Amino acid sequence: MRRLEVAGLSIRLPAGADREYAIADVSLHLDAGEILCVVGESGSGKSVTASAVMGLLAPGLSIAAGSMHLSGEDLRAKSPEAWRALRGRRVAMVFQEPMTALNPLMSVGAQLSEMWRVHLGLDGREAMQRALAALREVNLPDPEGALRAFPHELSGGQRQRVMIAMALALQPEVLICDEPTTALDVTTQAQVLALIRDLQRRHATAVMFITHDFGVVAEIADRVAVMQHGRVVEQGSAQAILTNPSHAYTQALLAAVPVLRAPAPRALSDETVLEVRGLTKTYATRGLFRRRKPVRALDGVSITLRRGATLAVVGESGSGKSTLARCVVGLLGHDGGEIRIAGAPRPKGRRAAARLVQMVFQDPYASLNPRRRAGAQVAQGPIAAGMAPAQAMAEARRLFELVGLDPESVSRFPHEFSGGQRQRIGIARALAMKPEVLVADEPVSALDVSVQAQVLALLRDLQARLGLSILFITHDLRVAAQLCDEVVVMRNGVVEESGPIGAVFAAPAHAYTRSLIEAIPGRALLGG
Amino acid sequence: MRTLRAYLRSPAAMIGSAILLAVVFMALTAGWFFPADPLGLAGRPLQWPGANPRFPLGTDPSGRDIAAQIFHGARISLLIGFVATSIAVLIGIAMGAVAGFYGGFVDTALMRVTEAFQTLPNFLLLLVLVAVFGSTIETVTIAIGLVSWPPVARLTRAEFLTLRTREFVQACRVQGLGDMHLILREVLPNALPPVIVYASVVMAVSILLESALAFLQLSDPNVPSWGNLIGLGRNVLRAEWYVSAIPGVAILLTILGVSLVGQGLNDALNPRLASGR
Amino acid sequence: MRVLRLALWRLAASLPTLVLILVGMFLLLQLAPGDTVDALMAQMGGGDAAIAEELRRFYGLDLGIAARLGQYLLRLVTLDLGFSAIYGKPVATVILERLPATILLMVSALSFAFSFGMVLGVLAARRVNRWPDTLISTLGLIFYATPSFWFGLMAIVLFSVHLQWLPAGGFSDITRDLTGIAAMLDIARHLVLPTLTLGLIFLAIYLRIMRASMLEVLSLDFVRTARAKGLTETRVVARHVLRNAMLPMITLIGLQAGTMLGGSVVVESVFALPGLGRLAYESVVQRDLNTLLGIVFVSALLVIAINFLVDILYARLDPRISAEN
Repeated sequence: MRRLEVAGLSIRLPAGADREYAIADVSLHLDAGEILCVVGESGSGKSVTASAVMGLLAPGLSIAAGSMHLSGEDLRAKSPEAWRALRGRRVAMVFQEPMTALNPLMSVGAQLSEMWRVHLGLDGREAMQRALAALREVNLPDPEGALRAFPHELSGGQRQRVMIAMALALQPEVLICDEPTTALDVTTQAQVLALIRDLQRRHATAVMFITHDFGVVAEIADRVAVMQHGRVVEQGSAQAILTNPSHAYTQALLAAVPVLRAPAPRALSDETVLEVRGLTKTYATRGLFRRRKPVRALDGVSITLRRGATLAVVGESGSGKSTLARCVVGLLGHDGGEIRIAGAPRPKGRRAAARLVQMVFQDPYASLNPRRRAGAQVAQGPIAAGMAPAQAMAEARRLFELVGLDPESVSRFPHEFSGGQRQRIGIARALAMKPEVLVADEPVSALDVSVQAQVLALLRDLQARLGLSILFITHDLRVAAQLCDEVVVMRNGVVEESGPIGAVFAAPAHAYTRSLIEAIPGRALLGG
Repeated sequence: MRTLRAYLRSPAAMIGSAILLAVVFMALTAGWFFPADPLGLAGRPLQWPGANPRFPLGTDPSGRDIAAQIFHGARISLLIGFVATSIAVLIGIAMGAVAGFYGGFVDTALMRVTEAFQTLPNFLLLLVLVAVFGSTIETVTIAIGLVSWPPVARLTRAEFLTLRTREFVQACRVQGLGDMHLILREVLPNALPPVIVYASVVMAVSILLESALAFLQLSDPNVPSWGNLIGLGRNVLRAEWYVSAIPGVAILLTILGVSLVGQGLNDALNPRLASGR
Repeated sequence: MRVLRLALWRLAASLPTLVLILVGMFLLLQLAPGDTVDALMAQMGGGDAAIAEELRRFYGLDLGIAARLGQYLLRLVTLDLGFSAIYGKPVATVILERLPATILLMVSALSFAFSFGMVLGVLAARRVNRWPDTLISTLGLIFYATPSFWFGLMAIVLFSVHLQWLPAGGFSDITRDLTGIAAMLDIARHLVLPTLTLGLIFLAIYLRIMRASMLEVLSLDFVRTARAKGLTETRVVARHVLRNAMLPMITLIGLQAGTMLGGSVVVESVFALPGLGRLAYESVVQRDLNTLLGIVFVSALLVIAINFLVDILYARLDPRISAEN
């Protein structure tokens, strides 16, 4: 008997949405001890499918057709109360965002032990004992301390372990994981993936694993279902789908996955355009009653960017890579060290610095003012620098064309553009100032993989045509390999390793770089 | 346009606008319907509403026409509501914007002042101001504006604090734009919607503060204020309770109108919450 | 420890605020036409300039503003609020006589507004956009729009004059000499209408905030987690949503403490309660600026004390709060 069988499931969206069905005619099945990866880009309906199985559809969504069976029992025939009683006990779920998925006001122990108290009616002490054992099983350091801790006292990876412990508390038949590692750093992601795999094998749990990342798929999947626009377009064994995809969409998705193989090195100019020497930045926390240890975000960082080249700064969260970017563009002041652009110290004045260094931001939805027209936001920098408004607007149109947007769309508002288009506007805005150095802070990490590939191609093309010098901040080594000539690996505010990207990735000298590369999911199958 | 259409669809906004329009109508036509001085003697005192067709709402203990005072009182309430609210909102936005945008020492200093104003009971401060500067309608209006700005400042500051770190504001800094552009063109337009909605609360509170002051006979005795009339009716409360009751209903409806319009604005400006999910 | 340290830190931070208020008030009152001596002379039915000079020297009014401000602040440290010429007693004594009634009124009005506001807010949020929500929200709007003094008067007309259920004013029945529980019950009976009158607008505010806060929290990720755990809806609300949703309400108590104290001026006047608010009104009418300044000082202390308690409560509820923010 199948652990989970979803057949012909269609879910209707509320009237007025952009399409009629969130998912249409979706059929999936799940056996004991296997991991089914459901892959797709945003809006593909993969998360809706998961909520439907949990019986937790968002208000407004309704099941239009199809059936769902859990170990042969018809879920749709169950009363809401009966469905509730099997949630958490027979089918459990781990969510994407570990930082918000736990109640901030309740201790971890109280939240975890709730599982046994509610479903098995155990008393508080016994439930706590079980909770402690569960925390041990997910390899949390200091499980006794974690039991008493509140969620904000744990790191993202630790919280996700707590979520997994909670989901597996009553050994459910089916575990649904909705992008459980997307918000985590790459080394933490590798650990959490290994943990899920290990626990799943030990308890023969059937896992439905939702992800957008083919690397993760390659790492963990037994079988794969690819979803697009609410439909399953292809389904099969992981091996077959990853090596021999038959559907065009799957092929396109796989082709867009960046590989950790740097192109042949280019001849680089000897001229240095950006030089950072011994940069330090400390975040001091103020407090009268106790002084926290000041955080060294940057500790003697030195980097060199050559004219016309791209320098990747890679590292996990807390490595100081974003602080470095913000210091270079002047959004943050630094405590010590020096930043030289085109041979001179970085000017203090905002306006003088604007001609030298510009920035492309991470979040395409937050980096444009929602209440101002796109063209005006591109033209305002040159206008502030003294260009005539009419000329600046003409320039903005030209830039729109350059980044692959319709020049007529300068008069539109940001909400009329897609995420990838907005990122193009952000690039046009930076280029309008004709900067010596372009700082790109995670410019593609908020984009779907196919859009990501397009934006990377645009940056590569612009660099070739305009001779841009780019400081490229990213957490994703594969993305860095696509675009960059040289690389700097940072950890805890210190540069651990630097050099030509091909050489560093092929033969990392530093153990940390090696661990970063090893943690990249799916290297074995996707090539690396 | 979208906002306007959303506003027109909200039932709260429609009812509120209708009530407010009625009050505005009363204020505009007061001189036409009741050309005589509303505070002048009109007839025999304490006539019940309906008893004399000349006085549909009756007369007060001094023999003045209650209907005339209600119509003319609408002017006072609206005037105080608008002027005091404008003062409070302008001070509040200026304080909140500067504190939130610059942070650091400026923020600490300005927020200390704001806290001082909030620690002091606003009605008590109003009493002190009136005691010191007298109780003409002008001073009362300005005083109400002066005691009502702290919540606006806090709200504006909170909006500025989150907005100033948003990437689009940082992008403008990197583009070399000045602080004035950042504050006025980038941050303020995005910070304004909740402040506009809150302005309706300030207006309601302003009208209530004036009427309470007038009720205690500490406001300008030379203008026909609804609160004043309620205060006068207090002495004859046991038998002729209508003298107090009628102007109270006028205040209640006006505040209700203002609040409903505020709610309608909120529904229109924050569509996510409007659907009620 | 964490909770106490946080609250003490906040308490220390409010000291400059207090100084700011006192200096501001003192300077403001310097602008007032006529001083205590003028008021006193008026009460005595006039007098010659020499006596006025004498009195000014006696009250220290002949010194410069800075010196008087320094003196005033110095005296405040020893809780010496000066002498009320009108009441013929030290200001501190006058205020202490009036304080209990005000504190009692505030505590009862706050309890009434908070508890009913919370319950109604939760009910409305659980039935959002259905008839119980519409009814409760409409009632909230009407309560909010009702001027408290008018509601008080109408309540007197209905409950005291016509139905004769409750007393129309005063703090206790002075015609009867009651002791013990009977006296307490008598005071309670006298406080019913003032409590409703003062609490009504706050009830409306609390219910609106509680409803919005409930809806906000219900949409958060951890509530989805709680549902995915298979908890009943009642348990989800009681154990996970309620406490989170109460945080903005707690904050509001502190923010509105001053407003409530201000409201008691009006309510105490309506019901002839011998409290601080009515004292403030009387001293404005009688131009007793010394007493008025004393009331401002004590009110500020009261608001700071309430905020101290609110901080402790908040920090107990929310483990994320630390002394650094």
